[in-house]
Amino acid sequence: MHGLINHTIQRFVLDSFGGAVWMQVALRADLCGAMGSSDFEPMLTYDDAITPRVVARLSAVVDRPIPDLLEDLGAWLVSNPARDGVRRLLRFGGVDFEEFLHSLNDLPERATLAIEELRLPAMEVTQLDDWRFALTCRGPVSGFGYVMMGIMRVIADDYGTLALLDCKGFTAGEEIIIVTIIDRDFAQGRSFELGASE
Amino acid sequence: MITAAAYEAALDMLCPMHLIVRPCGRIRHVGPTVQKLCHRGTWVGRNFFDQFVIRRPNMACSIAQIRPLAGRKLHLALRDRPELILKGVLVPLPDRSGGQDAETAEDDCVINLSFGISILNGVRAYRLSNADFAPTDLAVEMLYLIEAKSAAMAASRALNQKLEVAKIAAEEQAFTDTLTGLKNRRAMDHVLARLIAGKKGFAVMQIDLDYFKVVNDSMGHAAGDHVLQAAARVMIDTTREIDTIARVGGDEFTVLLPGITDGAHLTEVGNRIIARLERPIDFDGAACRISASIGSIWVDKGQDAVAEDVLSDADAALYRSKHAGRAQHTLHI
Repeated sequence: MHGLINHTIQRFVLDSFGGAVWMQVALRADLCGAMGSSDFEPMLTYDDAITPRVVARLSAVVDRPIPDLLEDLGAWLVSNPARDGVRRLLRFGGVDFEEFLHSLNDLPERATLAIEELRLPAMEVTQLDDWRFALTCRGPVSGFGYVMMGIMRVIADDYGTLALLDCKGFTAGEEIIIVTIIDRDFAQGRSFELGASE
Repeated sequence: MITAAAYEAALDMLCPMHLIVRPCGRIRHVGPTVQKLCHRGTWVGRNFFDQFVIRRPNMACSIAQIRPLAGRKLHLALRDRPELILKGVLVPLPDRSGGQDAETAEDDCVINLSFGISILNGVRAYRLSNADFAPTDLAVEMLYLIEAKSAAMAASRALNQKLEVAKIAAEEQAFTDTLTGLKNRRAMDHVLARLIAGKKGFAVMQIDLDYFKVVNDSMGHAAGDHVLQAAARVMIDTTREIDTIARVGGDEFTVLLPGITDGAHLTEVGNRIIARLERPIDFDGAACRISASIGSIWVDKGQDAVAEDVLSDADAALYRSKHAGRAQHTLHI
């Protein structure tokens, strides 16, 4: 798993639960034993098995179910002002929420364009009817669908769209989320300028 | 036949950064994104060359001058923002009257613009959005890439800095002299402390190369480095596996010999080292000649010793060797 993802998980834990919880998680997941450090470097690549282990230990340490934590992680990733980059990169996907949803088809490819070694799970968006879309994530590490749920909740808000998200059939290797758009112009939404200020 | 309005609407959609200019230079129509470049009012009705400077071909200032370059790349800039270089292409509009004449000097022309590599400055300066680019335009993808790449680069830079700091720290903690592969002073200090604490009897030998400076000065640093490496080899060959050899200065070495039970043996080892070092060392066909002055101290088993004193006693013996004419071994008594 790319370090960027593991590093993001670590930042999320530090931000949401503090350094003591991260130390606990790192200790229980035996990060020092596995990689010689309890910190993830964003630009290195780690063994795929480490990520689920960290998430499972986090769930035990803070006593919260994994899906909840992953959804929070997704929401944190795009709403934390210190990491506005991710939200911005996603907003490049389209001028409205529907266009954004369609742009998720290209998201893994876009990510690879930016960082060659970064491999996101394959994503496929299909439009079911005028208001409903299905996002299918397929990848070796499960749980990515929950992260996408969190991300999409915040981004819908960002576009000023009222949408309902529903997990459907989270099975190994394939996670499907149904997105129902209730109101396209529910709120003003956040402005997005193409050229980020320096 | 197609109306002017239909033309313009199509162009507005396909290339929102275009202008339609009359043969006299008067702007007849501007695309919606060009409209955004204009601070106040509109450029329609004004002269194209009052708003734009043609950079290449050099300072052209009439349509007649640039019309022959139809289809080729133009470099231009806005008069009020000369630092922002634009790319452009001119296409004469075919005669709209439906006549048979092909292009005449009286035709209007379309000049389509692009920010080219200045895209980021352009969208910042005019606060452009996705809607200001044609849906097929790659400008937005380019901006996405610029932003994604600079984020990735920032992360890479942070990692590089971290690694650099770690490397310096590792070097500081290293025990090896990188030139000779021998131990360094730090390592020697550790081993000496252990020998003193062990109280099993040991010896310390301070070796100073003689005439090394002459080799270094007359034959160059490369020869000097080669001699140091050869000298290190000699010391490894003439001592035991369990002895510790450290390069502690430019041409100064310290040998720690554990388990030594009498001083006479030291003189023998010292003389052997000197004899071997005096053999000429070949460097690129030239013979480098050095020797060594050695001072040794033997600490008997069970004896309390202080590292500093042991070393300074060995140094004192070394200086006696130097003063007595170099190339010899002295045992501190």
